Amino acid sequence: MIGLGADGGSALALSLRVALFATLLDLPLAILVAAVLARGRFPGRAALNAAVHLPLVLPPVVTGYVLLLLFGRHGPIGAPLADWFGLVFAFRWTGAVLAAMVMAFPLLVRPIRQSIEAVDTRLEAAAETLGAGRIARFATVTLPLALPGILTGAILGFARALGEFGATITFVSNIPGETRTLPIAIYTALQIPGGEGTAMRLSLVAIALALVALAATEIVARRLRRRWVD
Amino acid sequence: MLDIDIEGCLGDFSYEVAFRTETGITALFGASGAGKTTVVRMLGGLARPARGRIVLDGRTVFDRERGIDVPARRRRIGHVFQEPRLFPHLSAGSNILYGRRFAARKASARAIDHVVGMLEIGHLLKRYPRNLSGGEQQRVAIGRALLSSPEALVMDEPLASLDTRRKNEILPFLERLRDEARMPIVYVSHSVDEVARLAQGMVVLSEGRVHATGPVEEVMTKLDLRPMTGRFEAGAILEGTLVAHEPESCLSRVEVGGQFVEIPAIDVEPGRRVRIRVRGRDVVLGLRPPEEIGVLNVLHGTVEEVVVETGTYAEVNVRIDGQRINARITRRSAGQLGLAPGKAVYVMIKTTALDRVGAARRETGSAG
Repeated sequence: MIGLGADGGSALALSLRVALFATLLDLPLAILVAAVLARGRFPGRAALNAAVHLPLVLPPVVTGYVLLLLFGRHGPIGAPLADWFGLVFAFRWTGAVLAAMVMAFPLLVRPIRQSIEAVDTRLEAAAETLGAGRIARFATVTLPLALPGILTGAILGFARALGEFGATITFVSNIPGETRTLPIAIYTALQIPGGEGTAMRLSLVAIALALVALAATEIVARRLRRRWVD
Repeated sequence: MLDIDIEGCLGDFSYEVAFRTETGITALFGASGAGKTTVVRMLGGLARPARGRIVLDGRTVFDRERGIDVPARRRRIGHVFQEPRLFPHLSAGSNILYGRRFAARKASARAIDHVVGMLEIGHLLKRYPRNLSGGEQQRVAIGRALLSSPEALVMDEPLASLDTRRKNEILPFLERLRDEARMPIVYVSHSVDEVARLAQGMVVLSEGRVHATGPVEEVMTKLDLRPMTGRFEAGAILEGTLVAHEPESCLSRVEVGGQFVEIPAIDVEPGRRVRIRVRGRDVVLGLRPPEEIGVLNVLHGTVEEVVVETGTYAEVNVRIDGQRINARITRRSAGQLGLAPGKAVYVMIKTTALDRVGAARRETGSAG
């Protein structure tokens, strides 16, 4: 694939697959948590907020190690998941998805939360007088109006998942074709004498992907904003 | 019918409000801070009274003692807010149909056509709220509330955020709504003109208490309302029948108990009842009919009551064929004319002062 070599091509394909799955699986949970943080008033709200942001401030190696302990083949969560559902994370690409989900989660939650907070609660009250229940109000008023923030969050999360390195390599190691994502492939190439050329090409691909993601966020958000606000 | 009896306090503001309304518009009138919005929020279920009950057409929607508190979405009380609060991501057409999907009794296609026609919003339905003027947005918001199949309508100062021109644009639609809606409408306002023009019943709120309640004509003529209406705006309402238009002079002629009043031309067909609001300060009293004075409107009546204040002014209530208007004149002229109950007087009103005229409610079943 475009001068990346078979190994580089598979790393790129794997990275895109992992990032896509991680973002799509993260989204519903991130919207729920963002809504709870934006609108909910309950004890433990601050604790939830801290837990969401933890992966952002923790060394990624620590996050990877915790995932290994919890979701490993013999971990307290990993073992029953493997026994009951045959869902194995350790040294599989599914583990890379899980690591990316955890690391990207705070980046999804933050913009979604901000955009939900920005939705005028008086519109929700109006919807209530028109007969809409809590869930219907959220689905038909809050969510569509928060769409720019949701898309921003999704794209930021996708980009973060694409770049995930530390937690992934700690949790699921570096297996070509299975867990060797783009950043890990770059790192591996740099460990091999004469691998600088490959590292450079893969890095350029990573930079291009990041730029496309940022531009996409901007365009989508601007277009949505123009539709509703003057 | 809407029956309300609530009390409680919010911070250091206490309220104790009880009134009942029938079909047609009941104005909830009072200065800002009187508790009008609090009351309608509680009506609609957006706030909870500490004690009391609210009954809508025999259906109890709130009763503290019996532990009934129907949530806002099931109260079936349509709300029109001060700001239109249209959903910005939906077209005007989708906005007006928003409540329909949640209603148990869905508005029929005919009902939709009817509301769209009444509010004249057919040409706006494809547009988004940001492309509508304030007045258009408010009309769409009224349509949206109506099509959620409510059993009562609450309008919380729907004209307050509009300028005078836009207000006058919407008032005719509100008159139509009043004539056609078969449900109680609670109309919050601090504008005497709006109330005089639209409402049949009136509840005057002052500091969380009901200060006066009754038919608009009665309440408005009461002298003790002045502290709330303000001296400048105090006045009375004359009801009459529009008998003819005089296109040459751009006037319309109204019969009030066998006498005639000329008003600036209005767009109401002859035979209909109209209401003329007469402010006390626009009225001149005399003992003889005027000669060679350019006043079109001279009515004769009988002094009913003279309230002399300590200051410059006196307030005189004059009965004109079963109706009452009040005149705000100086204490000195009241003395010079020797005004006392029972005395016959001539009431003069400049036509230019009679610009606050609206069609009265068309009574169902009667011809006029």
